[in-house]
Amino acid sequence: MEKYAVFVPRLVTKRENFAPGHRACIGCGEALAVRLACKALGQNVIVVTATGCIEIISSQLPYTSWRVPWIHTLFENTAAVASGIEAGLKVLMRKGRMPTQDINIVAMAGDGGTSDIGLQALSGALERGHNFLYICYDNEAYMNTGIQRSSSTPFGASTTTSPAGKMSIGQVTWKKNMPAIVAAHNIPYVATASPSYPFDLMSKVAKGAATQGPAYIHILSVCPTGWRCPTDLTVRIGRLAVETGIFPLYEIENGEYKLSFNFPQLRPVTDYMKLQGRFRHLSEETIEEIQHRVNKEYAKLMEKVT
Amino acid sequence: MCQGVLDKSNNNDRGGGIIGRRVGIEVSLAIAEVVGLADADVVAAYPITPQTHIVEHLAELVANGELDAQYIPVESEHSAMSACLGASAAGARTFTATAGQGLELMHEVLYVASSMRLPVVMTVVNRALSSPLSVWGDHSDAMSVRDTGWIQIFVENGQEAVDNVLCAFRIAEDPRVLLPVMVHLDGFHLSHMIEPMLLPERDEVEKFLPKNDYPLPLRPDKPVAMGDFAPPIIYTETKKAQEINIRASKEVILQCWNEFGNSFHRYYHPVECYQCEDADVLLLTMGSFSETAMMAIDKMRQEGRGVGLLKLRLWRPFPFKEIRQAVKNAEVLIVLDRALSFGGPGGPVCSEIRSALHNEEKKPKVISFVGGLGGREITVAGFEYIVNRGIEISQTGSEQEFELFGVRE
Repeated sequence: MEKYAVFVPRLVTKRENFAPGHRACIGCGEALAVRLACKALGQNVIVVTATGCIEIISSQLPYTSWRVPWIHTLFENTAAVASGIEAGLKVLMRKGRMPTQDINIVAMAGDGGTSDIGLQALSGALERGHNFLYICYDNEAYMNTGIQRSSSTPFGASTTTSPAGKMSIGQVTWKKNMPAIVAAHNIPYVATASPSYPFDLMSKVAKGAATQGPAYIHILSVCPTGWRCPTDLTVRIGRLAVETGIFPLYEIENGEYKLSFNFPQLRPVTDYMKLQGRFRHLSEETIEEIQHRVNKEYAKLMEKVT
Repeated sequence: MCQGVLDKSNNNDRGGGIIGRRVGIEVSLAIAEVVGLADADVVAAYPITPQTHIVEHLAELVANGELDAQYIPVESEHSAMSACLGASAAGARTFTATAGQGLELMHEVLYVASSMRLPVVMTVVNRALSSPLSVWGDHSDAMSVRDTGWIQIFVENGQEAVDNVLCAFRIAEDPRVLLPVMVHLDGFHLSHMIEPMLLPERDEVEKFLPKNDYPLPLRPDKPVAMGDFAPPIIYTETKKAQEINIRASKEVILQCWNEFGNSFHRYYHPVECYQCEDADVLLLTMGSFSETAMMAIDKMRQEGRGVGLLKLRLWRPFPFKEIRQAVKNAEVLIVLDRALSFGGPGGPVCSEIRSALHNEEKKPKVISFVGGLGGREITVAGFEYIVNRGIEISQTGSEQEFELFGVRE
């Protein structure tokens, strides 16, 4: 599939359920991911988004980019709202108050709305087993409020609340492993994806939506504004995240790990990091420490892959 | 009798005979029964004392197949109300219940429910707020959600609770309203009492309560965008629309209560008077403490005193006209709050009443008492003291903004 990626516009539906004309920054990897996800989801869907970049760029009154039913309420409750919609549709269909049909309920939130403030609501909804797909668009900080660190910000990254300085290397904690936390709920489908691999992303979204029960997809969304990188490198940086093993693409189907792309040899993490201003201040020792950690995590993942 | 104000001496058997079946039941269970009779579609709830009996019984009704609903056992009250938003936006008849800290945790979600015009119905079993921890009743929780844009009704006994929960669904889902409704009832003092009451039969409920027909639910064949982002150029207009909407809901509330009265022979009003004819001194209460206050009024009336009781039922939208009408001939109005506004005017209810009367030419002196905090009783003698002390303050004045009743110093 990978080699066809450049032909994406010709090979997928032209219909844009996430309409152009929204207000995302130039080079926004998240908007690209939402666009691809919406192509994969089709129209038989109800989208629930959290407060965050996607909500504010797509919904300013009196305009909307959503050509499917869409609801936003708050920051931390996306999974709970989705559970309510799922329960509501289920009972109305059962009672014959609306036609029985297969409507996919898809919750979308950023890394802050997922791994920090929305973690409890997500855990609750996963544990209760609602039939919905949750997509986390991870741009590795609170970009909408001005690049503040989240628990998903990588080690060493400089953000406005984890700034690099004489006494600090920037973010001093390691990125929270959200897919592992989700997988610990024993849900039927978990995957990681990247808009730099569009076919892979779309097939995972389609698979997640078709899953009976909760499904979760974690998408790394390159953010040129927050990562301090050129706006025309979004797709390349997304690929480098995968090729360096920093953000491996895999699926966990009913507990079975499957690697989506394997590489004979991983590229060094510097290939990925040197393109981004948020890592510019890091010493060779710190980069070495990051390389060591990436190797270790990747090896742990490979042990799980069947 | 004043217009729009009921002289409520014996509402529960006012003419026309008995409709429904007479039962002795715990008030919480009766509320769950009536939510079941209303055929609620989704119940999302989290346990918190003293609300638990309501949702436990609902879970039981669902488990026994007596109510065909989705019961979502959420992991917090924040998620309870959030799930209610989703279910209501999907077009389902939606119910939840909470109390005290739970209501506080829901706080931000409450604004969303009213601003997005989602007709969720919630019973709030009023409970004091921490710290120190108290599971017992007062109105601190209710007062903290005063401005959330919900229609809010206070009830005094079990019969009023079940009647108003039924009315709440009809008011909330009325296409002219589409606002969430809170029914407040006192924790333990009311929620845990076993009372005789009339429960309606299913066919009577079906006649009174039309099916929920939310005009624009989330449906793929007719996409809508709900909960957009509003820049300064349009936010004020959305809030103005909301304000017009809740004020206009009063007509529908009055109409609903009137039709409920015609169907079930019990009539409700925004402000209700007890022994107010020719009363120079009026006491105003909310919720279940009105029952004890009525006994105190009876006793003082027998002693030849010109005292009466006002009961404020409709808290939002606030019944300005009815309050002004009800107190215009009184000389002293004593307001008992069961919540404190720290460092402020004392009782929030009294503060609002004072403000509502401020520009009236003929108005009583308004005296503020706060009492019954964290489940503390106020007895008949206590209410007598409040009335007498209130009269005294009205004559001598007081350096305090309010008096805290029954506190040990």
